[in-house]
Amino acid sequence: MTSKLVQALIAAMLALGLAAGSAQAAKKTVKVVFIGPLTGGVSANGIGGRNSADLAVRLRNADPKAKYHYEMMVLDDECKPNVGVQVATKAASDREVIAGATHYCSAVAIGTVDIYHKFGLPVIVWGAVLPDITYGNDYKEVHRVNGTMINQNDVNAKFSTGQGYKTFAVIHDTTDYGKGHLKYFGEYVKKYGGRIVGAFGVTADQQDFTAELTQIKSLNPDAIYFGGLTPIGVRIRSQMDKLGIKAQFIGTSGIVSDAFIQGLGPLAEGTLAFREGAPLDKLPGGKFFTAKYAEAGYPEGPEAYGAFAYAAMNLILDTIEKVGPNRNKVTAALGHVKNVDSIVGPISFDDHGQNTVAAITKYVVQDGKWVVWEDSEYASGKRKLAK
Amino acid sequence: MDAGLLAQFVANGLMLGMMYALVAVGFTLFFGVLDVIKFSHGDVLTVGAFTGYSTYLGLKLLGVANPWLQVAAVVIVACAAMALLGALIAKYIVMPLKGAPALNVLLITLMLGTVLRESVRLFYPDGANPKRFPRLLPTDAVALGSFNLRLDSVLLFLGGLAVIVAIHVLINRTKLGLAIRAVAQDEETAKTMGINFTLVVLVTFAIGSAAAAFAGVMNGLYYNEINFGMGLWLGVIGFSAAIVGGLGNIYGAILGGFLFAALQTVGAVALPFASAYKDVFAFAAVIAIMAWRPTGLIAERTSERV
Repeated sequence: MTSKLVQALIAAMLALGLAAGSAQAAKKTVKVVFIGPLTGGVSANGIGGRNSADLAVRLRNADPKAKYHYEMMVLDDECKPNVGVQVATKAASDREVIAGATHYCSAVAIGTVDIYHKFGLPVIVWGAVLPDITYGNDYKEVHRVNGTMINQNDVNAKFSTGQGYKTFAVIHDTTDYGKGHLKYFGEYVKKYGGRIVGAFGVTADQQDFTAELTQIKSLNPDAIYFGGLTPIGVRIRSQMDKLGIKAQFIGTSGIVSDAFIQGLGPLAEGTLAFREGAPLDKLPGGKFFTAKYAEAGYPEGPEAYGAFAYAAMNLILDTIEKVGPNRNKVTAALGHVKNVDSIVGPISFDDHGQNTVAAITKYVVQDGKWVVWEDSEYASGKRKLAK
Repeated sequence: MDAGLLAQFVANGLMLGMMYALVAVGFTLFFGVLDVIKFSHGDVLTVGAFTGYSTYLGLKLLGVANPWLQVAAVVIVACAAMALLGALIAKYIVMPLKGAPALNVLLITLMLGTVLRESVRLFYPDGANPKRFPRLLPTDAVALGSFNLRLDSVLLFLGGLAVIVAIHVLINRTKLGLAIRAVAQDEETAKTMGINFTLVVLVTFAIGSAAAAFAGVMNGLYYNEINFGMGLWLGVIGFSAAIVGGLGNIYGAILGGFLFAALQTVGAVALPFASAYKDVFAFAAVIAIMAWRPTGLIAERTSERV
């Protein structure tokens, strides 16, 4: 009796399996890759990006009109250049992988572009902001949907000096990312009549900043500019308070994340930061993304760059649909992307594969949220920044 | 440099030194009784800090709002839990490898450290993000010119000092301390004198791990932030401090901890190059000291093959 039941069950399962198999066989499976920091201090951003890219793939696979079935390979670069190079090689040398959305960390992205070029794998960077990733080479394979730190620092310096801050102390991490921020912020601050009174390089996993901050205290700047990522941004802001430093805290796109606010609580209030692209909730596609993301039920939030990861992956899928799963054809097609609609606004790649988004959004933390400056009570004069 | 700034640097350095010393004491205790280097020590500190944080969240749910009660509970729960964890690590991971080469213990505890660290990241809710550790101590500040001293820093420093004094008294004035010292000096003889070797080792690991938990909670209360990777660097520094001071000697560990903090502060302040190199400077100085005194500044009285 039992054995008959088992036999029946096996038969039923086989039949089901065959049915499922034949349904899938109708569509060819195409592999794409997502690479980001899934472990380590900035993993919140990496996981948000992965979920967002995964959402793009899921929605495409659910679309009956899609020509292919997509499978997303997920690799962890740990925000470490050496690990990034390994996983990039792994993805690029797998000929079945057609294209990829890659990297949040600039230090990793700049180290891997050569590999993508060598293996001819078209990639779209979804989060790293170092200009040299696209502008430092002529690689046709490398593209980027988010803007660079050049425009970001231009806007930042203009805005900050406009708010009356004239002297700045800079704390930056000593990766290419942090050093790039120092360089461009320094250039633009000078242009707008401000002055940098001291620059302090710190390691990306440093815990104690009291020595640097005490020196900054003696320099007495109007504002502290921080070029680095969320984890040490949280520590620096909280230790500023410990030492009684009242200067305004100004960050970069690296701290625009919910983790920054959760890590600081009320202390985050009034922090300024800048990010490329229009704010998500102001775009028609942004609402769609937010709704679909919530629907998919990921346990973690998309974080600041999730929308870019979604846009990058979606653009890859669109291109593969159009030209077929062939690396060279995808690379060539991505070279001609002009004014393509996406959830982060229209995407146009210049001859370096850089999306020419000019819009930089100014953010300020108000009541535990990153609020667009123009909508904030700070802009309306109801609240005051530190001074 | 005015006196206020100098005082600020000294205060910062002392606070750092206290944390390093508490970690280093653990390393040196473990080495003393078993001649092993337990590299998961820093991650035990992390788990301790997260245990303390969870305790705080639990108390908040229960409606306990008195900050002093909260601090006491956070410290006690974190230390007790890590004492237990330390003893378990000793019993099930370190002791079974007693006859094996020291390298094996070093490696297995290194792996264990990774397991602990990654477990916090993966299994603690939203563990990949830095957590805001509450301010439970009064934050009244005294500002003397450019010197800003907060009451919570002073209390934390005194707390750390109390732990170190307590360990000193325990080692030198109690029967248990006598047993620990006996085991450290000569295991075989200690056993023949009727000392319960296993128990002494377990208790020593419990004490060292509780000190690490205290350092973790102290770290959280001082920086108001904890993260899953905090123990890694503290572990490396604590280990270096223990080595510089003389592995196996608790005063050496304390000296080493403060010395390392002083080196870092000097590296960040007094040297002409960028503060990014302060750790390079501090570790280079450690290497130089080790070349000068291979057994550390205060060597163990009985000679030990390292």
